[in-house]
Amino acid sequence: MIRLANVEKVYRTDRIETVALSQIDLTVAAGEFVAVMGPSGCGKSTLLNLIGLLDAPSSGTIELAGKPVASYRDREVSRLRNQTIGFVFQTFHLIPDLRVLDNVELPLLYRKMSGAERRARATRALERVGLSSRLQHFPSQLSGGQQQRVAIARAMAGEPRILLADEPTGNLDSQMGDEVMGLLEDLNQKEGTTIVMVTHDQRQADKAHRTIRIFDGRQVAC
Amino acid sequence: MLKSHLRLALAVLQRRKVFTAISLFGIALTLLVLIVAGALLDNVFGAFPPEVHHDRTLLIFNVRMEGKNAQSTSPAGFGLLDRYARDLPGVERMAITSTMREAFSYQGGQKHRLYMKRTDAEYWRVLQFEFLEGAPFAEAEVEAGSRVAVLNRSTRERIFGDAPALGRDVEVDGVNYRVMGVVADVSMLRALPFSDVWVPHSAAKDQAYRKELGGDFWGLLLARDAAAFPQIQAEFRSRLQRIDLSAEPGFERILALPETLFASTSRMLFDTHDEAESRPERLVGVLGLLTLLFLGLPTINLVNLSVSRILERAPEIGVRKAFGASALSLVGQFVLENVVLTLLGGALALLAAPLVLAAINHSGLIPYAQLGLNLRTFGLGLGLAVFFGVLSGAYPAWRLARLHPVQALKGAAR
Ligand SMILES: Nc1ncnc2c1ncn2[C@@H]1O[C@H](COP(=O)(O)OP(=O)(O)OP(=O)(O)O)[C@@H](O)[C@H]1O
Ligand SMILES: [Mg+2]
Repeated sequence: MIRLANVEKVYRTDRIETVALSQIDLTVAAGEFVAVMGPSGCGKSTLLNLIGLLDAPSSGTIELAGKPVASYRDREVSRLRNQTIGFVFQTFHLIPDLRVLDNVELPLLYRKMSGAERRARATRALERVGLSSRLQHFPSQLSGGQQQRVAIARAMAGEPRILLADEPTGNLDSQMGDEVMGLLEDLNQKEGTTIVMVTHDQRQADKAHRTIRIFDGRQVAC
Repeated sequence: MLKSHLRLALAVLQRRKVFTAISLFGIALTLLVLIVAGALLDNVFGAFPPEVHHDRTLLIFNVRMEGKNAQSTSPAGFGLLDRYARDLPGVERMAITSTMREAFSYQGGQKHRLYMKRTDAEYWRVLQFEFLEGAPFAEAEVEAGSRVAVLNRSTRERIFGDAPALGRDVEVDGVNYRVMGVVADVSMLRALPFSDVWVPHSAAKDQAYRKELGGDFWGLLLARDAAAFPQIQAEFRSRLQRIDLSAEPGFERILALPETLFASTSRMLFDTHDEAESRPERLVGVLGLLTLLFLGLPTINLVNLSVSRILERAPEIGVRKAFGASALSLVGQFVLENVVLTLLGGALALLAAPLVLAAINHSGLIPYAQLGLNLRTFGLGLGLAVFFGVLSGAYPAWRLARLHPVQALKGAAR
């Protein structure tokens, strides 16, 4: 499903070069549930962004659905982001001008679909994260944990085959965190969604099939 | 698809109240300025009754006489027009009117200030006034030097009130004229047809004006069509060259040219009497510059507002891209938002314009002003507004939409 070969990511600013990732080789099979762990600043988000086609690697190849990403054309990349991948950002990135429901409809907005169906799917996704009473709120009117759950609902609404979640429980209390974890396990087991999840919580990493550890931009053996 | 995008565009505009209010106000105000300016220009230069043959009318406004040590510019003299502007090839009718002069009328113990013109009978044929009462004076009255007058509606009301006016005397500057007709008011911005009172030129006590080369008269030439203009101008110029100037000591040359209203105005404003050719492009240039000044600045502001607002929304573009928006649909979204905004601003301007124009008309700033909404000016303005709206939406959106989503998310707008 996902394959990274010798991937390197270097951030170049005016003076400093930051090697965020280097020599990453990684394969995630379809239907797998993988946790990514590592200290702050080690490159976890960078890795997830690369897998999610949100950024390009400095070198190395990334394969998605059996084809190197670099060989996809713009339109195909958009379609992959839209239909194959669902992304939960570490900092949520909800659109402040849109209501919760419109935020969750976002991935469906770029598909051929009736307004009613879009609405129904988004409502269902919000019900699953326990936010059916906040459909008409704006993100700024929600707590951090609620915003995080909206971000999760948005990633799920499009029923993607790959769900990439960057610390999806970072802002939730342990009970809510467990509920969200249950949701992810459910998606993985019942719908066969491939999941890559960044977490700092060993307890949650234990629920994944396996854990990838990163230290200072490099994979380390467990 | 378009419906949901439209709904979201309206939602965003509603959400960003300050930005939306400022933009709407800016767009509407800019368009209003354009509408008022267009109405003013239209009122000065456009084709309105009574100037129904505007497109084939040439005017002789000023004459200039030049000698070695002397030069003088003045409106044309009656004698010059009478002797040299008649029967020009390609001209159907020639009318003569004096420039307007301030005069006073004492009636019923009250003093009225009014404007007066002295004309010939053809004046009423070249210009098609709307006669509310009576009729214009004709050749018979002009030849006899009859003391008769045509009033405009407002003057008739000021002097006679509700009482009948036809056949009664109106006193102007100590002379009594019998009222023959009453015409509808014409805006003061219309140099040729505007006046309060018209009398035959021949009603003057002193007949010396009949010989003058320079004086205070204008000639109106109604050409067969605009194609005859060059021929008319050439013939008139060659007639002027043959004038014997021995009666005008010190002067060797006399210059005058039948021109359109726009060209004559340009010539007067820029004092380009020396050149035989008219220089209307100067007036076009100045008007263009004014437009640029008054409309360019608000346009730049609005474009700037739109661009910085979109750059500020870089993270939103990143998110949308991350969830599959193509660069094209992102550009479409922001263009749509701007077009909706511009059209709303246009609607606002269209609603406010009649009120503003009516307010100017009633303010008395311009006597008898008849500023009207010129839909062509409005359409042009709205078209330009939409153009800049599209541009200022598409360009920054395109720049951001081509970034990697992560870069846009971090607000890397620069
Ligand atoms: N746009 C950027 N420009 C320069 N350096 C960057 C940029 N983004 C990330 N980095 C650097 O890359 C490294 C990895 O960042 P990343 O966000 O992937 O860390 P992380 O593992 O997700 O950390 P955390 O657990 O705190 O979220 C960091 O040292 C960071 O400073
Ligand atoms: Mg991170």
